[in-house]
Amino acid sequence: MADAGAHQSSRSRDLDKLLLRPGHLVGPAFEPGTELRDDIQEYARILVVGAGGLGCELLKDLALSGFRNLEVIDMDRIEVSNLNRQFLFRLEDVGKPKAEVAAKRVMERVSGVNIVPHFCRIEDKLDEFYSDFMIIVLGLDSIEARSYINEVACSFLEYDSNGNPREETMKPMVDGGTEGFKGHARVILPGITPCFQCTIWLFPPQVKYPLCTLAETPRTAPHCIEYAHLIKWDEVHSGKTFDPDNPQHMQWVYSEALKRAALFSIPGVTYTLTQGVVKNIIPAIASTNAIISAACALETLKIASGCSKTLSNYLTYNGVEGLHTKVTEFVRDKECLMCGPGIFMELETSDTLKMLMDKLGDEPQLLMSGVSVKHGGKTLYMQAPPELEAMTRSNLSISLFKLMEESPKGILHVTGTAGKPGKRQSCSTKLRVAFKGVAGIKDTDMAGGA
Amino acid sequence: MAEPKAEPKPEPKTKYDRQLRIWGEQGQSALEKASICLLNCGPTGSETLKNLVLGGIGSITVVDGSKVENGDLGNNFMVSESNLGQPKAKCVCAFLQELNDAVKAKFIEEHPVTLIDTNPSFFSQFTVVIATQLVEASMVKLDRICRDANVMLIFARSYGLSGFVRISVKEHTVIESKPDHFLDDLRLNNPWPELKKFTESIDLDTSDPVAHKHTPYILILVKMANDWAKAHNGKLPSTREEKREFKELIKAKTIAPDEDNYKEAIEASFKVFAPQGISSSNLKRILDDPCSEVDSCSSDFWVMVAALKEFIANEGGGEAPLEGSIPDMTSSTEIYINLQKLYQAKAEADFIIVGQRVRDILKKIGRDPLSISNDLIKSFCKNARKLTVCRYKSIEEEFNSPILPEMQKYLSDEEYSVAVGFYILLRAVDRFSANYNAFPGQFDGAMDEEISRLKTTAVSLLTDLGCNGSPLPEDLINEMCRYGAAELHAVAAYIGGVASQEVIKLITRQFVPMSGTFIFNGIDHKSQLLSL
Ligand SMILES: [Zn+2]
Repeated sequence: MADAGAHQSSRSRDLDKLLLRPGHLVGPAFEPGTELRDDIQEYARILVVGAGGLGCELLKDLALSGFRNLEVIDMDRIEVSNLNRQFLFRLEDVGKPKAEVAAKRVMERVSGVNIVPHFCRIEDKLDEFYSDFMIIVLGLDSIEARSYINEVACSFLEYDSNGNPREETMKPMVDGGTEGFKGHARVILPGITPCFQCTIWLFPPQVKYPLCTLAETPRTAPHCIEYAHLIKWDEVHSGKTFDPDNPQHMQWVYSEALKRAALFSIPGVTYTLTQGVVKNIIPAIASTNAIISAACALETLKIASGCSKTLSNYLTYNGVEGLHTKVTEFVRDKECLMCGPGIFMELETSDTLKMLMDKLGDEPQLLMSGVSVKHGGKTLYMQAPPELEAMTRSNLSISLFKLMEESPKGILHVTGTAGKPGKRQSCSTKLRVAFKGVAGIKDTDMAGGA
Repeated sequence: MAEPKAEPKPEPKTKYDRQLRIWGEQGQSALEKASICLLNCGPTGSETLKNLVLGGIGSITVVDGSKVENGDLGNNFMVSESNLGQPKAKCVCAFLQELNDAVKAKFIEEHPVTLIDTNPSFFSQFTVVIATQLVEASMVKLDRICRDANVMLIFARSYGLSGFVRISVKEHTVIESKPDHFLDDLRLNNPWPELKKFTESIDLDTSDPVAHKHTPYILILVKMANDWAKAHNGKLPSTREEKREFKELIKAKTIAPDEDNYKEAIEASFKVFAPQGISSSNLKRILDDPCSEVDSCSSDFWVMVAALKEFIANEGGGEAPLEGSIPDMTSSTEIYINLQKLYQAKAEADFIIVGQRVRDILKKIGRDPLSISNDLIKSFCKNARKLTVCRYKSIEEEFNSPILPEMQKYLSDEEYSVAVGFYILLRAVDRFSANYNAFPGQFDGAMDEEISRLKTTAVSLLTDLGCNGSPLPEDLINEMCRYGAAELHAVAAYIGGVASQEVIKLITRQFVPMSGTFIFNGIDHKSQLLSL
């Protein structure tokens, strides 16, 4: 029996059951058939952000879930301590770019799949790069990187005149994260499910020790380490910045921490702990990364094909005490400046870019200063770096109407510092502008405005 | 004090750094001593093993009798085009070996079912057997074999968008359960004499503002709990009103707005309200367990439990040995370090008494009094309040006579209905395949007939279990036929990830392994643990 199908069995033997057969517990747009399978192979382009513990798993999982057009972006090089979980890397790969090695290894094993590696920072890519993908899958370990991708993906989102998100502008994101035996997977459909910014409170603030404790009343080993790292280093090495990846620097901090610990009879300073505290090392193991990545890959397949319902919208996994999984349906923050419809502003055709920027400072919802402005993929004005500022400065005196190719309305993306005094933070928002007295403006276009 | 020398450290185990931070050298050494047997190396089995090989497991033996075919290339990363027609066990083994040369990897080209039937003694050489994609009849047989041989066993199965993981071990005891949140052991309302004396030596109402704001909350609370008890016939705050009043009293002691130690004292005041003595029902259950009546066959764990029990009844005065560590808190360095030493000394004293009792018990039951190491006894004392015992029902018992009230509860609970539906259907498909030589929907064709056959099979299974009249959702039966026994890579990677995580917990004897049967729900991820 078992041998009967040996030669005939097709490579997509298992996946076909899911993609070719109709079902009742599926997504609303599910159209099973070979066409769906072939479309996923041919047209679905997926970006994996991060080629670390999650990224390696994600590339493998997606390549074996019917996707053939993958790209991966990561600025890191392979380190020895990656090898306990980043299974696409070998000892001889240490020092090579993660994205390149990961892409190569998966292509070697899964024929037909094409993976384009990008060995660079996520900020190095233009927005157009990100807009090219059907789905963006995130395997990251930093809040900052997540926020950046979230901002880019949300910037593509447009709302119709009724204030509803336009589906064709929605860039779905699937995000995973792990720490030790715990992890999470979530699906972000901007405008529908909460974006990172909506639920930024989910990330606990990093532990920071008060400087006076470090300087005056140290009690624990981490206090001694942080004293050496944050205070003593600067005292001794005037001007030289501490590099956590330089073993000599780390060794120096370790020996200083030991001296301080001895001075106060504080136990527990070790080299391992020193590294952990200074580099804020998050413990990581293969199994948790495998679980979370698999959940993310499965959700990516569902979004692309509709072959099942989707996770709605946040899964947590905890294997510390027994095994607990939980799905939480978080709701969007209606006021979210990142994924919301943004702020509506009516302008005269003669208003210059500079005048708009001044208005943003007066706008009570924003009180924004240090403003940079983009339209589509084009930068209209940028505060930094200085070269870019100089290049865009001349736009300030040009009328916005002209800068926006004389269309009666449009969307701008503005970034800057906003909020009431004492609560100011960096902010990015959409600005829906319309020009007075230009044909084509109807009242409904103002719906959902400020 | 001589100046400490920082030894230069090119660490030998940098590769494992990120996991050593979780389970330490001891856990790692347990992994490196373990030998694993994998049955069936489809994606579920291969992915399980991959995660263990990366972590540096001692040795693996891959058992599979099939040859690599085209379909395998679509769901298993461990085989590739050049492997077509070759033994799957050999190919998977070779790939796994490539991942970590510290692991001893070998394979046996044989069908696991044959091995279970013809060579049961084969399994006794392993630390853990990981059995993937086995049907019910083989699971029952293998479970019996492993239980008799005292080999830990874990089952994992992926089936379409569903699957399960189930541990089967007679008894698994954990000393280092390392829970995330656990009330620290500070004895604020029950201080031992030295802590009491130390508290009395510190003047809470000192006029020195620097000393005042650097008095750790332990001392504040011990003192105030003592004062309260004196004024209330030896009782501690218990009603909400009393607790509020107690907090107000702390607040009233504050002399400056920036006294973090008093803020911490108010936040930690609930530790004063906690009952004295053994409060964890988990520990009570362990102390009351019949196994704590030890004889020469008792395991080290239970011998130590017997000693612990004696300690609590005698020297402990109702308390377990002191844990001996204190959390960080606002304090002057000197007082904090002295407090730390005080707690450590008490923990050490408790450990010495328990150690003596362990040796006495060992002598009494006719074993070498030194057969349990001091390190182990020390760890046991430190973790006494967190001890955990897991017991798993045999597969045969669960399959033949599951706990009916639980089953009924799951069937009628919306949160559980899909999970229990999958549980029943995962068993029904095995009966189906025993009758029809293929799984429902495994081959294309007459789907309607398959659906109605599976439904009949599931209904008769439910009747056999005594759950008549509990219909399964039609949609789910339909879904199960659609799956046609597909082993999807992403599902296999998830299930394999769960299985490997549980194996690590079993081998390292750290953290608490899952209980019951984990049912994976890949439709909306509302997976559940079923205790049947
Ligand atoms: Zn948002």
